[in-house]
Amino acid sequence: MSAQAAAFAAGAHAGSRGLWMLAWLRFCRDRVGLVSLIVVAAYFAVVAASGMGWIADEWSKEVGVSYAPPGAMGPDASSAAPAGAAPQARAEVAQDDSGIADPIAGEIAEIRKGLAGISPSETRAATLPFGGDKWGRDVLQKAVKGTQTSVLVGLAAALLAAFLGTLFGAQAGYHGGWVDDFFNWFYSVFTSIPYLLLILAIAAVLNQKGTGTVILILGLTGWTGIFRLVRAEYMKHKVREYVRAADVIGASDARRMFAHILPNVSHVVLVQLSLHVVLFIKSEVVLSFLGFGVGVDTVSWGSMLNEAQNELILGKWWQLAAATAAMAVLVTAFSLLTDALRDALDPRIK
Amino acid sequence: MLAYVVRRLWQFVPTMIGVVLLVFFLFSWVGGDPAYLLAGKVSNPEQIENIRRQLGVDQPYTAQLWIFVKQIASGDFGASWSTNEKVSEILATRLGPSLTVLVPLLVISTILAMAAAMLVAYVRASITDRAIMIGCTVGQSISILVYIIVSQYVLAYQFGWFPVQGWGNDFSENLLRYSVLPVIVGVIVSLAPDVRLYRSFFLEEMHQDYVRTARAKGLSETRVMWVHVLRNAAIPIVTNVMIQLPGLLVGAFLIERFFSIPGIGREVILAVERSDFPVLKAVTVYVAIATMIVNLVADLLYKAIDPRVELE
Repeated sequence: MSAQAAAFAAGAHAGSRGLWMLAWLRFCRDRVGLVSLIVVAAYFAVVAASGMGWIADEWSKEVGVSYAPPGAMGPDASSAAPAGAAPQARAEVAQDDSGIADPIAGEIAEIRKGLAGISPSETRAATLPFGGDKWGRDVLQKAVKGTQTSVLVGLAAALLAAFLGTLFGAQAGYHGGWVDDFFNWFYSVFTSIPYLLLILAIAAVLNQKGTGTVILILGLTGWTGIFRLVRAEYMKHKVREYVRAADVIGASDARRMFAHILPNVSHVVLVQLSLHVVLFIKSEVVLSFLGFGVGVDTVSWGSMLNEAQNELILGKWWQLAAATAAMAVLVTAFSLLTDALRDALDPRIK
Repeated sequence: MLAYVVRRLWQFVPTMIGVVLLVFFLFSWVGGDPAYLLAGKVSNPEQIENIRRQLGVDQPYTAQLWIFVKQIASGDFGASWSTNEKVSEILATRLGPSLTVLVPLLVISTILAMAAAMLVAYVRASITDRAIMIGCTVGQSISILVYIIVSQYVLAYQFGWFPVQGWGNDFSENLLRYSVLPVIVGVIVSLAPDVRLYRSFFLEEMHQDYVRTARAKGLSETRVMWVHVLRNAAIPIVTNVMIQLPGLLVGAFLIERFFSIPGIGREVILAVERSDFPVLKAVTVYVAIATMIVNLVADLLYKAIDPRVELE
C-alpha cells in the first residue's frame, strides 16, 4: 500500500501526469463510480464511528418491547402493555436452558435486581425507529453493528488474501523455474477443491467461532485468483527494460520485485482487492448464518438473517429488511465501484 | 489426442498428492485427536477408542497418512462418527437427491441466461440493456439467503403453491413436487451473474468479422444471431457450465438445507456441525477428483466444439 501511495505522490508532483493521476481523472468522469465511491465512503465512516464507539455502542441494550414494530407502523396491539411483554421475553430465554440447572443463576438474579433500578422494564419503548428484535434490541443499531462486523471481516480477509496472492504471485512470476512450479502446484491443489467446501472443511477442523477465525479462513483460501493474475503480470514485467535497468544499477531481487514492479502492477491488485471484499462479505454472511462464523456475542448480517428467518413466520419482517437493505446497498455500491476502478485503471479493457 | 489425455492424467498425480496432503494436514494435524472432539458427542468410550485405533492416532504421522491413502484407494472411509452409517453408503444415497435438483436447475438456468444474454447483447447500450444490467448488479448484491427465506415464506408458506420443504421416496414426486421451488430459487439466484458473464461472451463474438460477412451476404438477423453468433458464444458457456458442476454439488447446500433435501450439500453442513470428519474427508477428496476429471472433459469438449483450439 505504501508503494501505491508513493507512486501516487510521485505522479502528482511530476510534470506529466502519472498513472494514478490519470486514473483518478478518468474515474472522476464516471458518475456512477463517483456516487458508489461516496456510498462506500459513507459506509466506512459508519463502520469507523461504530468501531470508535460513537454510534450503536449500546446495540445489545434491551430498549424496546419484544418485537417492537418500526415507529411508522405504530405500537403493536398484541404487545401494547410493555410491562407484560418484557418478562415474557425473559421467560423464553430461561426455557432455552432445557432443564439444565444454570450454575450462575444466583449471580444473574442479583445482577438483574441491581439492573432493575437503572432500567425498569416499564420504560421500554413500544416502538423503535426500525423495530426491535425478540429481546427488544434496536434493529437499526444492530444493523449498524452488523455492518461493522461484516465490512471489517470482508476488508481484513481481502487484505490477507491480496497480501498472500501478491506475495506468491510475485515469487512465482518473477523467479520462474522450480519456484513457479511449486506455487503452481500449490494453486492447483487449492483450486481443485471447490471454494465453499474448502471453507467448510477448515471451519470444521478449527471448530471455534470468532471474527479472527472467519478472517483467517476466508483469507487463507481466497488468494488463488489474485495469485494467478499477479503471476501473469510479473512474468510480463520482469523482462521489461525498466526492470533490466534496475538490475544493471545493482537493485536486489527483492527491490526489483517490490519497489520497481509492484507499483506498476498494483492497479491489478487494487481492483482484485475491491472484488474480493464483496466476495468475502457474502461468504461471511453465509458462514455466520450457518453458525460457523462470528461468535454469539457479535452481531453480523449473517446472524441477523438467521434470527430473521424465524421472525418472518411471526410476521416480523423488519430485521430481515434491515440486514438485507444494509447489505444490498453496500454490495451494489462496491460492485459498481470495482467496475469503475477497473475502467479507470485499465482503460484497454471494456 | 490420446497422448494429451495421458499427459493430463499424469499431471493429476502431483495435484492429487497435494490434495491428500492438504486434507490430511487439516483433519489429522489441525483437527487434532478425535477423542477430544468426540468426548461430548459419543458417549461410548469403547467407540472412541475404536475410532482412534482405525485412524492410528497413537502411531506416527507417516503411518496415519498411509492409512488415509489406503482409505482413498479402497473407497472405504469407515463409518460416520455420528450416525455410524458407512460413509460410502451416505454418499451413494445422497447423490441422487442432489442431482434431482441440480440437473434441472443447471439446464433451465443455462438456457434462460443464454437467451437473456443474447437479447441484451443484441440491444447493447440501449435502455433495456442498461436496465437489465443494473437489475443484475442489484440482484446479485442481495444474499442468496434472502432469496430462499423470502420465497419459501411467500410462495410456499403464505400462498401455499409449493410444499414448504420435504422429500419423498418416489423420483417423479420428488422432481415434480418437492424440487420445483428449490429449482426456481436456484435459477433466480444464478441468473444475474450468468447473464452478466454470458453477455460479455456474446459481445465479444458480435464484433467478429464473420458476423459482418454473414450480414453482408444478406442473412437475416435471426439467422446471424441464432446460428452464427450463438454457436461461437456457446463454446465458453459450455465450458463455464461444466466447470461449475462439481462446485454446485456442494454449493447448493443452502438450498438443500432450507428445503430439507437429503443431498450431498446438506450432508456436508451436518458433518461440519457434528465434527463428522470421515464424511468431510471423503467428500473433499472425491469432489477434488471429480473437479479434475470435469476440467479435463471440459477441455476435450472445447476441442470437440471448436476445432481451432490447440490442446497443448
